[in-house]
Amino acid sequence: MNIPQDLLYTKTHEWVKVEENKVKIGITDFAQHEITDVVHVELPEVGRGIKKEQPAAVVESVKSAFDIYAPVSGKIVEVNDKVLGSPELVNSSPYENGYLFVIEVSDEKELNDLLKADDYKNLI
Amino acid sequence: MEKLLNELSSQCKPAYSVKCDVEINAEIPENLKRKSNLGLPNVAENDLLRHFTNLSRRNYALSTVFYPLGSCTMKYNPLINERIAKIDAFNDIHPYQPVESMQGVLEIVYELEKDLCEIVGMDSFSLQQAAGAHGEFAGLLVIAKYFKSIKQKRTKIIVPDSAHGTNPASITFAGFEIVPLKSEADGSISLEKLKEVLIPEVAAMMLTVPNTLGVFEKNITEISKLVHDNGSLLYYDGANLNAVMGIVRPGDMGFDVMHINLHKTFSTPHGGGGPGSGPIGVKSFLGSFLPVPRIEKRKNKYVLNYRKSKSIGKMKAFFGNFSVILKAYVYVKALGGKGLKNVSKQAVLNANYMLAKFKDKINVPAGSRCMHEFVLSPKAILENDVRTLDVAKRLLDYGYYAPTVYFPLIVDEAIMIEPTETESKDTLDKFIDVVNKIILEEAIEDPQKLKNAPVNTPVTRLNEVEAARKPILKWQ
Repeated sequence: MNIPQDLLYTKTHEWVKVEENKVKIGITDFAQHEITDVVHVELPEVGRGIKKEQPAAVVESVKSAFDIYAPVSGKIVEVNDKVLGSPELVNSSPYENGYLFVIEVSDEKELNDLLKADDYKNLI
Repeated sequence: MEKLLNELSSQCKPAYSVKCDVEINAEIPENLKRKSNLGLPNVAENDLLRHFTNLSRRNYALSTVFYPLGSCTMKYNPLINERIAKIDAFNDIHPYQPVESMQGVLEIVYELEKDLCEIVGMDSFSLQQAAGAHGEFAGLLVIAKYFKSIKQKRTKIIVPDSAHGTNPASITFAGFEIVPLKSEADGSISLEKLKEVLIPEVAAMMLTVPNTLGVFEKNITEISKLVHDNGSLLYYDGANLNAVMGIVRPGDMGFDVMHINLHKTFSTPHGGGGPGSGPIGVKSFLGSFLPVPRIEKRKNKYVLNYRKSKSIGKMKAFFGNFSVILKAYVYVKALGGKGLKNVSKQAVLNANYMLAKFKDKINVPAGSRCMHEFVLSPKAILENDVRTLDVAKRLLDYGYYAPTVYFPLIVDEAIMIEPTETESKDTLDKFIDVVNKIILEEAIEDPQKLKNAPVNTPVTRLNEVEAARKPILKWQ
């Protein structure tokens, strides 16, 4: 299972990449394997304000539909339109081309609540 | 694969003729006249007959085989239901007829409302809703209207994560916000976790009893007290009512609003899309909010009362899906109180018999006792990337319809089995043997066999992923 050391994680299997005051978010390799082939993705509206742990996106596989939660509060500033037309990117490249959205962080202290790679590894 | 009618169509001389023995005098404007031919498939009568007969032989039905999906999808529908529903007096009636001329139909709806009240311990019922989720929606509208009437602003509904997917969907549709509640490993509710989410804005909590793992909520009295002490209401999702009829009543457990799936618990066929029927029952303080028209009895006559100022309005045309209501009425009257109780006792016994046969071999997250259904989690046994989906596909090769898989979501690689009350021990034994053989033998000795399954069906493994990602929605 691929768990990059330089990312942060949530208990609900999102990964978080910190880039200055923004965070890029997707689902982990473990999550994409568990939910199996992704067939549809719904992304939030750019500009929308969002609170930590609120549902932000939906990833649907042949198994079921899963809510993807915002790991931190802030504003959605970018979404990955490519996964709309090619949902298989979430499976084939969960940490790169299959990312879902970017949040501009409103409270950087919330980042401290996220899991380090080793903690996430222990969780799964 | 049987070809489509369009593919069977022949280019030769017309295989059919359409004659009109009435002269059509209507003047059709030129621009509305069809220029091309109709494009109907050109198939001769006997070929057409063979086409449909061949298709009908591929039907998979409870009248030919066992369905491990249970009352959730299809339990046995007694044939007496169909015989009664075929009577001309019911079929030739029109809902716009004068009320005086359809007293019998109204009596049946009225009587079934009363019977359901007795079975589940509620004070009033509305039979209009077309399905379970429609019932949930109506029930939540009643809750919204109630809080509006007592001038309280309550915007949130608690729903456990083991609930049916329709619960959160109905909550959103009815304009409420979802408060998810993490359930325990056996799907039950932790009172401590419940207390944390019971804030003043909570209008209601939706609960399925027994829950989707087939476990009766042992803390239901305490849950009811906590919810009501918060000024909130308790909603009963009746999807699993088949387990408790005549034994306990949601009304007595403290539920204020509920829906029943007549097409599940009270028979009537619905696999494949309906029609269904999702009556809602409420305690007396909510009765005035039920949909109109209410059927009332005045001086031995049944009348339709539309004058209910607090009502949430109309949910469905006329009286709902009357044929389903009628079949449920026949089911209730044919079985009676004692019979309905036996249905639940037998359904629970059958499920526990199966569970006892599985529990030492395959992981059962909710423990060794269940109500009418149970959930297996073969994750620890399955290796070589074999998954529950492959087990389900392999079951098709043995002539069984696959059970519900990957639900509830809180169980890894879930296989949900609900045998229902009408299956014999012999049928259950055969199915148990096949499931054990697939999971404990074939999956280990010949995993490829499961990956390739099914091979004995009219079509082999379909590419579900491609079908979902790039669906072809019309004949081409």
